[in-house]
Amino acid sequence: MKIILNKKKVVALPGETILAVAKKNGVEIPALCFHSDLKIKASCRLCLVEIKGRPGLHTACSTKVEPGMEIITESARINKARRINLELLFAQHQEECDDCVMNFDCQLLELARKYKININRFDDRKKGLPVYEFGPALIFDSSKCIDCGNCIDACQQQGIGYLEKEEKENLYRVVPGKNKECVYCGQCLVHCPAGAFEAVGEFEDIAKPLEDKNKVVVFQIAPSVRSSIGEEFGLPYGSVVTEKIVAGIKQLGVDKVFDTCVGADFTTVEESLELIERLQSKKNLPMFTSCCPAWVRFIECYYPKLIPNLTTVRSPQIILGGLIKTYWARQAKIDPARITVVSVMPCVAKKYEITREELKINGLRPVDYVLTTRELAKLFQRKKIDLKKIKSEKIDNPLGIPSGAGVIYGASGGVMESALRTTYQKMTNKKLLKIKFETVGERTRAAEVKIGNQLIRVAAVSGLGNAKKILENNPYDYVEVMACPGGCIGGGGQPMLADEEVRRKRAASLFRIDSRKEIRFAEENPIVKKLYQKFLKDKKIVDSICHTKFHEQN
Amino acid sequence: MKIITEFKKHELLGRGGAAFPTALKWELVARAKAEKKYIICNGSEGDPGVFKDGFILENYPQEVITGIKAALEIINNSSAYLYLRQDYYQKQRKRLAKLINGCPIKICAKTGGYLAGEETSVCAAIEGEKPEPRIKPPFPCESGLWGCPTLINNVETFYYVAQIVQGKYEKKRFYSISGAVKNKGVYEMPLSWSIERILTETGNFPRGKFFLQAGGKAMGEILLSNELKRQVKGSGAIIVYDFQTDAMALLREMIDFFLVANCDKCTPCREGIYRIGQMAQKGEIDKKDLADIFFVLENTSFCALGRGSVLPLKSLINKLL
Repeated sequence: MKIILNKKKVVALPGETILAVAKKNGVEIPALCFHSDLKIKASCRLCLVEIKGRPGLHTACSTKVEPGMEIITESARINKARRINLELLFAQHQEECDDCVMNFDCQLLELARKYKININRFDDRKKGLPVYEFGPALIFDSSKCIDCGNCIDACQQQGIGYLEKEEKENLYRVVPGKNKECVYCGQCLVHCPAGAFEAVGEFEDIAKPLEDKNKVVVFQIAPSVRSSIGEEFGLPYGSVVTEKIVAGIKQLGVDKVFDTCVGADFTTVEESLELIERLQSKKNLPMFTSCCPAWVRFIECYYPKLIPNLTTVRSPQIILGGLIKTYWARQAKIDPARITVVSVMPCVAKKYEITREELKINGLRPVDYVLTTRELAKLFQRKKIDLKKIKSEKIDNPLGIPSGAGVIYGASGGVMESALRTTYQKMTNKKLLKIKFETVGERTRAAEVKIGNQLIRVAAVSGLGNAKKILENNPYDYVEVMACPGGCIGGGGQPMLADEEVRRKRAASLFRIDSRKEIRFAEENPIVKKLYQKFLKDKKIVDSICHTKFHEQN
Repeated sequence: MKIITEFKKHELLGRGGAAFPTALKWELVARAKAEKKYIICNGSEGDPGVFKDGFILENYPQEVITGIKAALEIINNSSAYLYLRQDYYQKQRKRLAKLINGCPIKICAKTGGYLAGEETSVCAAIEGEKPEPRIKPPFPCESGLWGCPTLINNVETFYYVAQIVQGKYEKKRFYSISGAVKNKGVYEMPLSWSIERILTETGNFPRGKFFLQAGGKAMGEILLSNELKRQVKGSGAIIVYDFQTDAMALLREMIDFFLVANCDKCTPCREGIYRIGQMAQKGEIDKKDLADIFFVLENTSFCALGRGSVLPLKSLINKLL
């Protein structure tokens, strides 16, 4: 159909909203509470437009186009209404722009400038409202909240509903629920347009890991960070900047940079062994992946009876941290107690994961600090390191070269695919070339893989709300679950407000890296082979570095 | 469809407050193509100045049921809900159940406050959801209860539907009269009568100086004693105030009502009413701020509550402060 947008004829599809059509045609309409992941709320009242023949102003996010509709997106009346509503919104929001996850790239600020509003027209009504800390992962400063409800919806969509509304003095506020547990996925954070959520330590503690001059500092970079951090420096979505990250980290004065994907290769090998064992014994099936700490916590808090179904294999960052403080420390002749391991992760739950006591090796935590993608970008920016300009540098060895399988851990389905490649190889001595996945539900893909005589049914699901739907009574043998939409590329530590299109680009880049790798099977990675021959020789040491335990949490 | 023609002839308008043409609503739902349709008789009556639905349910329950049955007859594949304020539900449920006598009419109790009477909130409430307004369009007559075409009319509207069906309609309505008057109560009187005449006929015209609010607390205009030649709009309520009434205190009371009643979802209603409340607390009205807040309330509120709040607030401030 055709509609008229700001006096220009444009083509629109039935069912599309005015906002979507405007976006497609390069017409900007401010929309704070709109996020394509979430249901339309039309609550911020900024995306106002005029429609010929309909009195009043209408919200572009919720109004569907009709043939011949004539729409105006800017007028004196529209701008006046936007301005006043913006001033009212700012009056709820205590600004702290210097230390904000939005890092000055914030729609509120941009609109304040565009509409030349007085952000202090009304006094801050939320002054002194509480700051909540959700474990060692997330902080919610409710004095910044503009009541758009995105966090509540994101939390609901995750099947948790930890965040809720509470009425106080006749006004609703967002508060953490009393009878529920947060699983630290951080989807509230990345969907909040007002920067009311941040990771613990973001950004005030980001330089801390580098401060102790007596330590040898080793960084590791998670798979998905390489295809997302470029966004913070104005690079196109999905730009792969692995070696630029390495160069940047080196400029911070860091001694070594390794790749978490190498840790992932070890996870794959161990997980594959466990899968084969469980398939043979037919015990604790389906086996669930456990490298996502928010997912693990979800099971521990809400479905403890499924704990035996989680694979006991440690997550890649923990395995790599363990190897750094054991194998590599010995090689480099450094006292493990003198090593600081810092992981750059797309995730806020990883900040919590490293505090888990049962992960300690000889009394030491495998990983000492987690910085999110956003935090590393901020650290670079503070030191005037521009990823766009910096010269690439090779990653360090021996723990820097992963197989392709290790890289795809960053996107939904990657862990499963890696483990199946290895399992197939182990059981048949042949290479598994392709797995035919079929979409069976929201962010849920399933496949049947014939390994020898055995038919194995597998599924990969992302988003805890989607995982919840297949937790019980499912037909699968092996299920990969990632808490965040699309997997780690959509994680709570990633650049803010990404939508499906952005996540798709981040993921596609990881699969592209894998497809170009010569070695695409974890067990073929030379460092994996070498370590199993020379270091991970008996069950005791394998268990201490590569396996863990889970327990009910409440 | 004869009855719809009758509605048109008698110019029957909805009595819930918005005065939407009844014929048009019925037509839209009757003509909608759907396997299932719903009828809701809205007896949620949440405005503190309005109590005529309670009166009608008490005195003319048979008429209300007759009205709903008329809708059931004309709207194919339909069943009905009688959605009642908690106290009406407790008081009238058994009596109404007897009158319903096997017809597909379910009686259910309202959840939530004033806003739970707004038509899309009513649908949400009956579905067991939080009673908050939903995005319109789609309007309930296209997609209401469980996504089906839904006819929602007020208790009083159904009463007059019954009157029309029986050929007894005389263009009247029910007036709820309260405040500083001698004879508080509900009166059925001609639509055409002025406020002045209604007060006089009911023996309620005050002797001294006074002002009043006509059309309900939530959406009624404040009128001075020289403005009473007009008819009552909205939900037909008249609340009379003695001229000694502290207007600032009344403003605060109004604000408190809105702060409790609204859902805090949209910016203008949540923040705007809060800011007017701040002015009322301080006792200082900033004209520029006020004008701007009224502008966004009127033009950008999510639902009729925010839009409707402007008339009472503005008329009170302009005429009495």
